Amino acid sequence: MSNTLLKKMTRQAYPLGFTTAVESDTVRAGLDEEVIRLISRKKNEPSFLLTWRLNAYRHWQTMHEPSWSNLKLNPIDYQAISYYSAPKSKTDGPKTLQDIDPEILRAYNKLGISLEEQKHLSGVAVDAVFDSVSVWTTCKEILNEVGVIFCPFSEAVLQYPDLIKKYLGSVVPYRDNFFAALNSAVFSDGSFVYIPKGVACPIELSTYFRMNAANTGQFERTLIIAESGSSVSYLEGCSAPMRDNHQLHAAVVELIALDDAEIKYATVQNWYPGDEKGEGGVYNLVTKRGICRGKNSKISWTQIETGSAITWKYPSVILKGDNSVGEFYSVALTNNYQQADTGTKMIHIGKNTKSTIISKGISAGFAQNSYRGLVRVAPQASHARNYSQCDSLLLSDHCGAHTFPYIEVRNSSAKVEHEASTSTISDEQMFYFQQRGIDTENAISMIVNGFCKTVFSKLPMEFAVEAEKLLELSLEGCQG
Amino acid sequence: MLEIKNLHASVQKKSILKGVNLTIKPGEIHVLMGPNGSGKTTLGKVLAGSPNYIVSKGQVLFNHHDLLMLSPEERARRGLFLGFQYPVEISGVSNIYFLKAALNILRAQQGLKALDALDFKALIQKKLEILEMDESFLYRSINEGFSGGEKKRNEILQLLIFNPTLAVLDETDSGLDIDSLKHVAEGINQFHHKDNGLLLITHYQRLLNYVRPDYVHLFHDGKIKKSGDYRLVSHLEKLGYEKALTRELA
Ligand SMILES: Nc1ncnc2c1ncn2[C@@H]1O[C@H](COP(=O)(O)OP(=O)(O)O)[C@@H](O)[C@H]1O
Ligand SMILES: [Mg+2]
Repeated sequence: MSNTLLKKMTRQAYPLGFTTAVESDTVRAGLDEEVIRLISRKKNEPSFLLTWRLNAYRHWQTMHEPSWSNLKLNPIDYQAISYYSAPKSKTDGPKTLQDIDPEILRAYNKLGISLEEQKHLSGVAVDAVFDSVSVWTTCKEILNEVGVIFCPFSEAVLQYPDLIKKYLGSVVPYRDNFFAALNSAVFSDGSFVYIPKGVACPIELSTYFRMNAANTGQFERTLIIAESGSSVSYLEGCSAPMRDNHQLHAAVVELIALDDAEIKYATVQNWYPGDEKGEGGVYNLVTKRGICRGKNSKISWTQIETGSAITWKYPSVILKGDNSVGEFYSVALTNNYQQADTGTKMIHIGKNTKSTIISKGISAGFAQNSYRGLVRVAPQASHARNYSQCDSLLLSDHCGAHTFPYIEVRNSSAKVEHEASTSTISDEQMFYFQQRGIDTENAISMIVNGFCKTVFSKLPMEFAVEAEKLLELSLEGCQG
Repeated sequence: MLEIKNLHASVQKKSILKGVNLTIKPGEIHVLMGPNGSGKTTLGKVLAGSPNYIVSKGQVLFNHHDLLMLSPEERARRGLFLGFQYPVEISGVSNIYFLKAALNILRAQQGLKALDALDFKALIQKKLEILEMDESFLYRSINEGFSGGEKKRNEILQLLIFNPTLAVLDETDSGLDIDSLKHVAEGINQFHHKDNGLLLITHYQRLLNYVRPDYVHLFHDGKIKKSGDYRLVSHLEKLGYEKALTRELA
């Protein structure tokens, strides 16, 4: 779109940028083996986990930050970050809602999330993670009845150590990459989901991550296991206060789908993006990967990425089981000086495996938005199919959209299709809206929503509307 | 309701409108005819507030307000409608979503409450019948892949839904087959009543077999060269613009 429409860049509104005054138990800044032992001790972890953490830490020390992405980031001082911060609670974890600091409940209410059973979104169980720990999980009874386990990761470590031992790191080994290694060493909490054989989880599961404490990183770990013939839909949301310096968020998510199982994983990421000059904002450096281990299994990633100063994330699917299906639906919106380098990897190993990639990138201001995707078809993956579509919408003359599709096909029966497009909003289109009484701001949001429709339709109903509103907010001030 | 006084406008430093004078009163239908490139479309766009044109001189009053001071969306909300000669395609935004959003903005302006999906459907159904448009057009992206005639009909559909006080229709009758022309004319007649005004930009007499104008103006080189009643149309058709103009100037 021409200068006439997008000259004035005003401050972007970030309504979730409030801070919450809670008493915290924060570990001194810096990272060494002592800090890792301390985190592990605080959580009463079994020794296998401490060993795993230390191995990850030692490996991390041999690694370097990845340099291949299209991102420009300030060097991160890993010794200036605190790796653990938890709101103080009376005993070892709250037993009832009364045990939770009312300030925290208020913070979640402000975010539109009620932790009281009667008031929570109907049909959605919520795990609330505040800085480094999970403060509350709702709907436990409904889930218990069908044998679904949905609890804080640290609780799962104590109660289901065998499952953790078996699956932790099985999809994303700590050696995988720099940030995954760091996470493996210092992760503090996150969510754990286990769906037993043949069970269709009766409600949506969701985790809400809130980063509050200053100068801390958030390193959560999510592990979802869907046994044969089971299914689950999971949603994570995130936000953080406005801080002048960059906060680090390095999560790891692992999904495991066995025979005929289905996992739908949706993310609405709205970490603080920084101000209009590019000061502050969250560095969102995340490793998400699922494996379709069983035949006919399916894993679907949907992400709406509007926040963070930097997003570096490639939710991927390893299609190991025959006839398994992987999907990636993504909207990444960047405004001002935000940078996103996101996409997916679809690794076809089983026969007749199928993957779909729909990526929608929207850039405004001086933002840079890259799609980076890999489709790999292994020699044994006969009749694998992939369809990829990457569309970019540019809302200013100063932003950039980049597409890096990598395709490696080692089986001649594979069918791989890639389509890409780049569009802008022309003056003529904008005038058409205005001539019908619609101002530029509304016109942009109508076009953006239209552009993202196919992805929004993959979100759970309750959240599709939220996602539309979120895009509107994130684009506020992006017109002249 | 519309008073254009000595309007001058340019695009990319090229002067196009060179002193347009025109008054339209409620209930009147005016026809603007003239050779290609004479500035008819420019006049419509300047009235609607396109940012591509610079007004260098003159005044436009719309219902006694200074029209040129208002933003394009404000002009639309106050009842000025432009039917585009080349309606633009907007992919991804469905026609029905767009029409409903725009109508509800107009209604809010008039202090009316927003129509819900059902009420809106009922309203639009009738208009579709008048134009013999298939419902499927509602669910397609705005003008995307529409044929020339379908785009024009979609403009008239909007005219009927938004029900403005003044409509400028820029060659809405061009490129239509006989049946489409009839439907478009039918739509224009449905729209027109004693309190609204119409400025029809056209090249052809055939639309005027259905719609009877009160005034016909011959536009040339950025201004109105001759005005008359509907008989001027057949005069122009017989002579062609060039002869009519040379006679006029002689
Ligand atoms: N955006 C533009 N840029 C440059 N020239 C333009 C633009 N719009 C119109 N013109 C020129 O202005 C003149 C009048 O055009 P127009 O108003 O479309 O005439 P008409 O509708 O009578 O055929 C033409 O010479 C045309 O090329
Ligand atoms: Mg024209």
